[in-house]
Amino acid sequence: MANKILVFIEQRNGQIKKSSTEAARAAADICSKLGGYIEAVSVGNEITGLETIGGYGVSKVTHLKNHELANYSSSAYSEVLTRFVIENNFNLLFFSNTSMGKDLAPRIAAKIDAGIAMDCVALKVEETEITATRPVYAGKALIDLKINSLKKIFVLRPNIFNPGIPSDSKAEVTVNNIETVNLNVKVTDVKKSDGKFDVAEADIIVSGGRGMKGPEHFHLLEELAQELGAAVGASRAAVDAGWRPHGEQVGQTGKTVSPTLYFALGISGAIQHLAGMRSSKYIVAINKDKDAPIFQVADYGIVGDIFEVLPVLIKEIKKIKS
Amino acid sequence: MKIAVCVSHVPDTAAKINIGSDSKNIDQNGVTFVVNPYDEYAIEEALKTKEKFGGETVAISLGGDANKETLRKALAMGIDNAVLLKDSGFRDSLSVAKALAEEIKTQGAELVFFGKQSVDYDSSIVGQLTAELLGYNCISVVISFSLDGNKITCEREIEGGKEIVETALPALITAQKGLNEPRYASLKGIMAAKKKEIIEKQPVAAQNYIEIISMKKTESKQAGKIVGTDSSAVPELVRLLREEAKVI
Ligand SMILES: Cc1cc2nc3c(=O)[nH]c(=O)nc-3n(C[C@H](O)[C@H](O)[C@H](O)COP(=O)(O)OP(=O)(O)OC[C@H]3O[C@@H](n4cnc5c(N)ncnc54)[C@H](O)[C@@H]3O)c2cc1C
Ligand SMILES: Nc1ncnc2c1ncn2[C@@H]1O[C@H](COP(=O)(O)O)[C@@H](O)[C@H]1O
Repeated sequence: MANKILVFIEQRNGQIKKSSTEAARAAADICSKLGGYIEAVSVGNEITGLETIGGYGVSKVTHLKNHELANYSSSAYSEVLTRFVIENNFNLLFFSNTSMGKDLAPRIAAKIDAGIAMDCVALKVEETEITATRPVYAGKALIDLKINSLKKIFVLRPNIFNPGIPSDSKAEVTVNNIETVNLNVKVTDVKKSDGKFDVAEADIIVSGGRGMKGPEHFHLLEELAQELGAAVGASRAAVDAGWRPHGEQVGQTGKTVSPTLYFALGISGAIQHLAGMRSSKYIVAINKDKDAPIFQVADYGIVGDIFEVLPVLIKEIKKIKS
Repeated sequence: MKIAVCVSHVPDTAAKINIGSDSKNIDQNGVTFVVNPYDEYAIEEALKTKEKFGGETVAISLGGDANKETLRKALAMGIDNAVLLKDSGFRDSLSVAKALAEEIKTQGAELVFFGKQSVDYDSSIVGQLTAELLGYNCISVVISFSLDGNKITCEREIEGGKEIVETALPALITAQKGLNEPRYASLKGIMAAKKKEIIEKQPVAAQNYIEIISMKKTESKQAGKIVGTDSSAVPELVRLLREEAKVI
């Protein structure tokens, strides 16, 4: 049986997510190696930019549309998607490991009785089989796995799969108007947090820990973040002390991030913190303790006092940005 | 109202991990196991809900005999009953969910609390899978929960903010840090828990769809360069970020 591959394109506020372009490219690669047919699907009301998915190797997108689908609803989204999957006989599904993907993908898995692999960081095709790699035990180990059921779902960690440079190809977008929407679980409001960027999505993150000594010093981090277009993150120690909001916490109990560049400032590098950020491409640590474990994962480190180093760093970054 | 809470028994996150001789699992020798941290929030919320509205609470865990320790802890915190679905082999998330769903049905629980994630395989899906199998409404990654009659209102964490979500019983909630402050077991609770029976049952059989091929330790990154010991190193750091890493 030839594979029928479906990639889920996530939107929030009508904008498609960068992680979905990564999933589209990864799924298209799998399709070309495995053989088969691929298309994409998105759920929402007004969505802009769906045709751009063509640039990532997926030439057809279906938009499941209803004004009540503007906000995510687990009951509504899982129901319309499941129907679409079953009616079109898709057997291989790709999602992103985002808040929405983590909530939605398992529901589809249960409804169609598919094996599901979360948080994949690599996919490999050998003959007719896909092997996925994913971190377990807070990133201390990696497993290679395969899915043996007929229907399979892979959920890909954001910022790991390279979407490549998009081509000019435009996908053909078909709008599929949905008549009834199951709002048993209904989002009545979405509250945005204060920060400009969220750590879970940022390309650069500037994180501070207990070494920042108090909330009054975080303006330094914010200044650096602003210069770099980065999000501000925090260790649990900084969050538990009430210096920073919970939404900024990076680590096992906070968010898992894989930015291109991660600054750990006054963070010791406890295993639970590393669990959330060790897959960052580049890590910079500034810490006065040369034995701090963070230096074992850092690409570049300065052993020194943040309050002495950080102002100079901000000045130097300003220099190159102007 | 019957309230269920599902708890898993996992290696302490601070524990060092070694790979077992089968290259598929960890070597459990010398590893301390604890109640999955997120499940403590789930237990606490179940207890608080019972204190407010009355009812009966039951903790359910699927795993080997060692899981009794975690169930004991739930009892010590104040959970009324405990069920061990005894199975020490490997089960993937969907197969765990199938067994839990069956037991929740048997218990007749209308409200169920899970943790958002088990810190062993870190999948964060067993709750959603179980809810779907039961046909229950489900809200995951919850940081505030309130029940009013039949109606549930929660806040759930998402990227860049939170969603306010409404639903109705029967429902399954997965707990995130921030939901509450789990209580400590009192001495009286610990003593009482020792006397309580943990009911052992055979979980329903279910096929595994996931096959683990191999497990290996994450290669520790080569420790990088220490660029310097004070602010005089900053220009070199910035140069490396620009020219070597090409990230700024
Ligand atoms: C179940 C569980 C889950 C957890 N989840 C998380 C999580 O999600 N995220 C998380 O971060 N932690 C988590 N933790 C906590 C974790 O174990 C650590 O306690 C925490 O990460 C420590 O934060 P920190 O590095 O900011 O503080 P510390 O460990 O106190 O480190 C502060 C560092 O700052 C340095 N410093 C101090 N002053 C200066 C200065 N002037 N200049 C330069 N450096 C300075 C010190 O040398 C030190 O290395 C969890 C723990 C448990 C048990
Ligand atoms: N073996 C198990 N027994 C009981 N509950 C479990 C088990 N495994 C997972 N859970 C529950 O499911 C949640 C999510 O687990 P996971 O999807 O494995 O990350 C946990 O926080 C527990 O509440």
